[in-house]
Amino acid sequence: MADQAAVVPVRRGAFGRAVAAVVWKDLAAEFRSRELLGAMLVFALLVVLIFNFALELDVRTRSTVTAGVLWVTFAFAGTLGLNRSMGAEKDRGCLDGLLLAPVDRSAIYFGKVVANLAFMLVVEAIVVPVYSLLYNVPLLVPGLLGVIVLGSIGYVGVGTLLASMAVQARTRDVLLPILLFPVVLPELLAAVKASEGFLQGLAAADILPWVNLLLVYDVVFLVVAWMVYDYVVEE
Amino acid sequence: MIEVRRLVKTFGLKPVLRGVDFDVEPGEFVALLGPNGAGKTTFLRILASLSRPTLGDVRLAGFRLPGQAASVRRVLGVVSHQPLLYGDLTGEENLRFYGRLYDVPQLEARVAQVLEMVGLAARRRDLVHQYSRGMQQRLAIGRAVLHDPEIMLFDEPHTGLDQEASLMLDGVLRQVAARGRTVVMTSHDLLRSAELATRVDILSRGVIAASYPRASLEPASLPSLYREAIRG
Repeated sequence: MADQAAVVPVRRGAFGRAVAAVVWKDLAAEFRSRELLGAMLVFALLVVLIFNFALELDVRTRSTVTAGVLWVTFAFAGTLGLNRSMGAEKDRGCLDGLLLAPVDRSAIYFGKVVANLAFMLVVEAIVVPVYSLLYNVPLLVPGLLGVIVLGSIGYVGVGTLLASMAVQARTRDVLLPILLFPVVLPELLAAVKASEGFLQGLAAADILPWVNLLLVYDVVFLVVAWMVYDYVVEE
Repeated sequence: MIEVRRLVKTFGLKPVLRGVDFDVEPGEFVALLGPNGAGKTTFLRILASLSRPTLGDVRLAGFRLPGQAASVRRVLGVVSHQPLLYGDLTGEENLRFYGRLYDVPQLEARVAQVLEMVGLAARRRDLVHQYSRGMQQRLAIGRAVLHDPEIMLFDEPHTGLDQEASLMLDGVLRQVAARGRTVVMTSHDLLRSAELATRVDILSRGVIAASYPRASLEPASLPSLYREAIRG
């Protein structure tokens, strides 16, 4: 056989355009169907309501459990969204369509991450005020909102990677939480601790280690996903 | 254009392809026949860079798999029995999306041209889930030819199509072949394959069991040749 052919040149900025294309496609499809956001939102609000009825909380206890309840809600709703986001690609065979594109496959990953993050932030933007009303806890704390964004980036980053693995299995609905929760535990712990710190007005020195952990976790897992995504999605 | 040597693919301990040798010249149209479970789809998925070979050497247009997969994908168009389209996007939006992924220059003009070619210009703003199966398959072909690939892979493209849609698809396949594109198509339809292809290969028990150039093949004799090949 002849030697390998020269690599086909790729126009500059192709990676960014591919990421933008995947984001646009996910947002446009969701804008039409509202399947994913609807399911995540209803589920998240139900969880908040159930906690509201299940926990008879006095004012002091409320401030200590708020962060935990919020992150449990985000984690459950996020898992639902991640499963549906990748499941829809697989069920319609569109995952193959994406993988056939001549782009670095991590562009597909980052496109899905940005779209999933947008969905998660929309849900959080609705759940936080609802929670604040139901529990009478002031949640419009800038630091807390920053932690929610940081925590969501890490959660969606790892979740999108693992959902891409789980989607190949018939038992993907069950498999994703089993794979995801152990891996994301340090992230959730740091997010809960940092959120709690901001809600209780702790000193910056007490909160900063948790915020740093969130930052490191986000960077490490986004880099790992960027490196391994090609192998994860290939048979 | 396509060179495959001693290709082996196993899933766990189960071998699906057991040393396939396969060559396709530029402009050739090869129909790949074989019973269910023969490994046709696995073979096509490896050519499409969707699955890694366990052993062996695979090259398309001079690019080696899996090392130069991105370059292979640039010269490859794939039509599967699933349309690989988004039901909640319109036909035009689907093509525009894939066009962006393939970085197609002058995308709007190319999308309009392809929609015209597959006869869906009038339905371009309809959501794909409102399309019939035949229309979806036409749009799937449009998606696959959008970047004007040199090599086309068709995996049982007639599956689920009615008679009229199948005839339409045959017309599109002839158009693709007439433009000098290299085509590999898997199928269960012996007579249709013999009519369309310039060569018929039979994959059985993980190897190419027989190969018949169209020029030396009497279509009526294909069923008996096929039975003979799969019996080994």
